[in-house]
Amino acid sequence: MAVTDRVQPPPPTTKQQTSRDKSVKRLAFSHKVPKWDVKLSPYLYISPFFLLFAVTGLFPLAYTAWVSLHSWNLIGGKGAFTGLENYEFVLAQPFFWNAVGNTFSIFLLSSVPQVVLAIAIAAVLDANLRARTFWRMGVLVPFVVAPVAVGLIFNNLFADQAGLFNEMLTGIGLDPVRWHSDSLASHAAIATMVNFRWTGYNALIFLAAMQAIPRDVYEAATIDGAGRLRQFFSVTVPMLRPTIIFVVITATIGGLQIFDEARVFDQAGLGGADRQWQTLTMYIWELGWGQRNFGRASAVAWLLFLIIVLIAMANFLITRRIATQGGRR
Amino acid sequence: MRVKARFTALSAAAALLALTMTACGSGSGTENAGVEGETGTDDVTVSVGTFNEFGYEELFTEYEELNPNVTIEHKKAATSNEARDNLTTRLAAGSGLSDIEAIEVDWLPELLEFPDQFADLSDPAVEGRWLDWKTAAATTEDGQLIGYGTDAGPQGVCYRADLFEKAGLPSDRESVAAMLDGSWQDYFDAGKEFVAASDGVAWFDSAGATYQGMINQVQNAYEDNDGNVIATENADVKDIYEQILQASVTDGLSAHLTQWEDDWVASFQSDAFATKLCPGWMLGVIEGNAEGVEGWDIADVFPGGGGNWGGSYLTVPTQGANQAEAKKLAEWLTAPEQQIKAFESKGTFPSQVEALESEELTSQTNAFFNDAPTGEILANRATAVEVTPFKGPKYFAINDAMQQALTRVDVDKTDDPASSWEKFVTAVGAL
Repeated sequence: MAVTDRVQPPPPTTKQQTSRDKSVKRLAFSHKVPKWDVKLSPYLYISPFFLLFAVTGLFPLAYTAWVSLHSWNLIGGKGAFTGLENYEFVLAQPFFWNAVGNTFSIFLLSSVPQVVLAIAIAAVLDANLRARTFWRMGVLVPFVVAPVAVGLIFNNLFADQAGLFNEMLTGIGLDPVRWHSDSLASHAAIATMVNFRWTGYNALIFLAAMQAIPRDVYEAATIDGAGRLRQFFSVTVPMLRPTIIFVVITATIGGLQIFDEARVFDQAGLGGADRQWQTLTMYIWELGWGQRNFGRASAVAWLLFLIIVLIAMANFLITRRIATQGGRR
Repeated sequence: MRVKARFTALSAAAALLALTMTACGSGSGTENAGVEGETGTDDVTVSVGTFNEFGYEELFTEYEELNPNVTIEHKKAATSNEARDNLTTRLAAGSGLSDIEAIEVDWLPELLEFPDQFADLSDPAVEGRWLDWKTAAATTEDGQLIGYGTDAGPQGVCYRADLFEKAGLPSDRESVAAMLDGSWQDYFDAGKEFVAASDGVAWFDSAGATYQGMINQVQNAYEDNDGNVIATENADVKDIYEQILQASVTDGLSAHLTQWEDDWVASFQSDAFATKLCPGWMLGVIEGNAEGVEGWDIADVFPGGGGNWGGSYLTVPTQGANQAEAKKLAEWLTAPEQQIKAFESKGTFPSQVEALESEELTSQTNAFFNDAPTGEILANRATAVEVTPFKGPKYFAINDAMQQALTRVDVDKTDDPASSWEKFVTAVGAL
């Protein structure tokens, strides 16, 4: 901990004025205090987060595991202990694996373009533009629109018969895309909503990180004869390493839990007649609230958690490797 | 080492974000307390939870004037889904519900599984107040009545008189009613005649919506009276499934839309179809979606007998503190006189026998539907309902699977009727 490094041991007390008892006592006390003050207070300062986390994060996690081992009705509550039966049942369901596939498809279609685009936009915003603040704030506007409102707008655009996109396609003589029937088309449409919302947000995070890159590095690169493109790939991207890791991991967690956009993609909210775009979280919803089977819903929730942990690990290792290519500083 | 520590922290953060699903469960319900206690003496606040528009605002003021000791607190949810989530969550938590909770008929099967959670409202004073099927749907096998009926959704057939005329069909209300009177096959036959002459206009909007009207006339469609799932073996279900898909796809009577989707909403402006099954509350939906379109009318007929779609109840949850006062208020609100006032205010069509015969109701007309006497027509439609379909705990999950099966064939065209039926069987097996 950096904090502990900086704290000096209490200065050796100079001459004590023994004539006054009070001050002696106080000094003796303050003598003792710094030791555990130094040791404990940093942890005390960060403890509220972890206490809160224990209540709002750890407890539900453990409780969900407990629920998943029982037959459990949403209203009726706890039933018999069933061991791993819920997991066995869920893992044998084609709907579960379909949901896993859909989740990954939507996640990849949203996260990858999102990060690439965000870095590109950030690089443009980092340049000397007129009315800089205006442009920078502009990319954040989609983020302040509520996801459900985004859903409403995009649903209008993606409607199969009356939607703007299909009218444009038929207008130039192409076949309309069957947004709500074709699996991949529906994923692309949902990923579009996610990208609309999050690209600007991530761009601003990248922009902040870019501005923290010392300008003399660029000057040195310029003197060495590196062009803008070379500078971008050899200086900017490697220097963004921690930020890329952060953005990729938050995008992963968010992407694997995608719910709002997919749920409002049609009115029934179950992911299409053939479950074309039912994600894992929607499957949890269907089991827990549609069928009121909390045991099975909790089993899927735990499986999703394990998947996310695995992917986060893989993500971390991969991004680390990519980002260190440019030489670690 | 540092990497590892950060990694652990990240996993922990992932855990926090991944699993915020909290599960609350109360112990299974306590004993049924029944409704006891004095009313009309102490000062009490009775809270009432409703959704959408029940038309109760003025009635609450009136009740407070009649009963000075009562203060009514109205909690209004914007949508019925919101109200349903609130209800199930708080039932599970065991506290936090209003003294009176409004529920929709669709939620009854799942709530009737937990009769302990609701006060028994059966009372000689209200016997015979509602249409039989309305009360039957909210009564448990042991005779406990968990809700007082408010409005109902008797269905007629809405149609486009102008498109009928163009296709050479009779277009006035009485002739249309006569033409469509009979079985569903008669309705589809009329449709074939219409489509042959209509120049691309479909007969009805959606296979799923029309199926809903048909299946609601089957007593035990998906489950027998003991709750055993029979959906996939029931010949009636398979027959209706094949009949509606034959009409929709092979005969091309459907506009291939899914109810409530954007395409469906937009289709009202583009002459996509000529008829639609419509409960009373659908009149407002059509009027809104078809704004500026002239020619809508409603016929006093429903293929295959009567049919009901939707409608609500008032319940008194046993977790409430003022059950006696709450019951008294619910009883007053659902009396015929009050329901007629609510109907005048927000168009909620009464389910009370006396209200259906009242002059104020039967004299209602609707300008958008060519000045049709909607009050009288819907009152006739309400008395024509004969079957109360049995809806067990899995009814809605099975019906959802069926709607998806129909959509796959009618709208998405990803399956033919046979393969879609196979998927339906798989989905029902997974419940």
